[in-house]
Amino acid sequence: MNKKNKDSLYLPQLTHLLGIEKLSPQDVNFIIKKSQGWFEKNKNKPQKTDILRGKTQINLFFEPSTRTQSSFELAGKRLGADVINMSLKQSAVAKGETLIDTAVTLNAMKPDLLIVRHYSAGASELLSQKVDCSVINAGDGSHEHPTQAILDALTIIYHKKKIEGLKVAICGDILHSRVARSNIILLSMLGADINIVAPKTLLPNNIDAYKVKTHLDMREGIRDVDVIMMLRLQNERMLSSYIPSAREYFQYYGLDEDKLSYASKNAIVMHPGPMNRGVEIDTSVADNVQSVIKDQVEMGVAARMAVLETLASG
Amino acid sequence: MTKKKLLIKNALLIDPKNEMEFIGSLLVEKGIIKEIFNKPSPNYDISDCKIIDCKKNALSPGLIDMWVFAGEPGYEHIETIEDISNAAKASGITSIACRPDTNPIIDEAELVQYIIRKSEDKSQINILPIAALTKKHEGKNMTEIGLLKEAGAVGFSDAYNEINNTNILKNVFTYASNFNAQIMQLPVSDLDKFGVMNESEISMRLGLPGIVKISETIALERELRIAHHTKVKYHSMCISTSESYDVVNKFKDMSDKITCGVSINNLKLNENDVAAYRTFFKVKPPLRSENDRSYILENLNNDTIDIITSNHEPQGTESKRLPFEEAAYGAVGIETLLAASLSLYHEGYISLSKLMKKMSYNPAKILNLENTGSLEVGKKADLILVDLDQPWVCDADKLTTKCKNTTFENQKMQGRVLLTIVNGKIIHNLID
Repeated sequence: MNKKNKDSLYLPQLTHLLGIEKLSPQDVNFIIKKSQGWFEKNKNKPQKTDILRGKTQINLFFEPSTRTQSSFELAGKRLGADVINMSLKQSAVAKGETLIDTAVTLNAMKPDLLIVRHYSAGASELLSQKVDCSVINAGDGSHEHPTQAILDALTIIYHKKKIEGLKVAICGDILHSRVARSNIILLSMLGADINIVAPKTLLPNNIDAYKVKTHLDMREGIRDVDVIMMLRLQNERMLSSYIPSAREYFQYYGLDEDKLSYASKNAIVMHPGPMNRGVEIDTSVADNVQSVIKDQVEMGVAARMAVLETLASG
Repeated sequence: MTKKKLLIKNALLIDPKNEMEFIGSLLVEKGIIKEIFNKPSPNYDISDCKIIDCKKNALSPGLIDMWVFAGEPGYEHIETIEDISNAAKASGITSIACRPDTNPIIDEAELVQYIIRKSEDKSQINILPIAALTKKHEGKNMTEIGLLKEAGAVGFSDAYNEINNTNILKNVFTYASNFNAQIMQLPVSDLDKFGVMNESEISMRLGLPGIVKISETIALERELRIAHHTKVKYHSMCISTSESYDVVNKFKDMSDKITCGVSINNLKLNENDVAAYRTFFKVKPPLRSENDRSYILENLNNDTIDIITSNHEPQGTESKRLPFEEAAYGAVGIETLLAASLSLYHEGYISLSKLMKKMSYNPAKILNLENTGSLEVGKKADLILVDLDQPWVCDADKLTTKCKNTTFENQKMQGRVLLTIVNGKIIHNLID
């Protein structure tokens, strides 16, 4: 049997999706392939299916999120699941209930899928040890955001037809970014060359442990790349002396027309959102033809449908 | 009628002061070591003696654990002096120095007296209070070091709070030297304020904020310089990096008033134990790299590391069953200190008498305890008899302490305490 046939028969045995680091390349390829299928089906007027009929999906968000939460909600609903949204910023947490108490309570409701966003690294891992259902990490502290990496890969493949051999620059606050970690792991797993662009204060000390090249000069870092991924810069970074001001940050690390001109002519520009226009990205770049930021949102639903389907049937 | 004297015979006597081990016997009278014989069965009139045959098991001075959170006052829900005494006596610890960062903080002589009274009432082992260096641990006003010492404080520490103002730090140290007071500090600086584990590839992959090594070195060097300048007796409680070891080593060459210790956790474990966010391994100082651990361990046989401590810090389940960043620091250690340390001897890193020296004679010397910590005629009979080889498995549920947050869960241990004697009185006995 040749390799292609082997891959097409591969079925991932996944209980949870906690991070890209725990996935094999086959797992990733499987999910991407499934995502592509959903993307095609969603292209026209999306139809509701009943793949997850009778299944309960709880979106448990300890951090505010519009895009990821609604994307998971839509994905679940299109697959026919019953979706419950819980934003715990105000309710239980404020009353002193711990993450595990919350998990035990929710577990008693017998959900099938638990989507978790939490401000602490490892929170979804901890939850997965305490509940009986599948847990999907929708972002845990500065650790990982696996579905974002999958939808980013999907977006890149959509525009570039491949990932292997592409030059990708990931730019901005790498230190605090779960998006960066998941993307670095996934893209290097699929054979991309990765440049990291950041000021030293926003660069983790041991970033060399990953297969990446680091650049302090943004023009150098994005020279001839095929993909530019910008990261969101949180406003609080200015207050704790990571950078002096938005103005200076934009001057050296904001993506504007001039810096973009150093990249390959057909380079695509990505951003996980929400954007700080004028801080990490210039408005004209965010909205120009090279920007695929809107596609990322569309891919997000397809990627999450694929993940939900894979876990629910795994 | 109870016999007046206690003859402990046929023992492997551990003399930590002279770093000697020999088969002999020992006579205890009125709580004091009366005589030491270098024969297993001395020619002695045994009519008035209770006799214990040690069957060549090891008899050593009881352990003195220098950095223990004993819960009182204010944290009785996680630890009490009574519980800790019970745990300690079965684990070969006959004295503990207890941390001042309780609630309230031990910054008044009355609070020192409270702990001493409570201990007389509830504890069978020696409880030695450590007092704060600055009031409320705020790093602003120094405590009444003279009065606190007179009340019974064996040392002075601001625990995990840095004294930011260098001028105040210098004055406090200078004043402490005036009373020949013992400073007991931890190398903390605000550089580690946001970190939760050793900064390394592992912390980066886990997405956890790291504690840089220089945070410890900077704090250590700063305080050692001032300690050296003010000629105060300074003990650095728990160092965790190879750089810290070198720094201490350098200062010890210049001054005999500087001493240093290490937590058994940093000798036995490394950052890999944190693995998938295991909060029981979230301790302070953090578990460091294998290079740091082995560097300190390989130098353990030298005299730079004066003491080994359990760094006992109980935490309830509710403060550990949290995401790693939010979980509390600390691990219980009283009941595993001896066995975990003995593994260093069994593995050949250190001689038995030298190991025991770092947990008896040296702590006694640092804390200025003239009567204990040594196998000498005239000293208090604070003694332990240990079966060095007896195997057991650390089962958290079977720990005596209220909190079960051990770093040695399910570990195979070697070495059991058969007998514990404090002030000549047998308080733990597995022989009879």
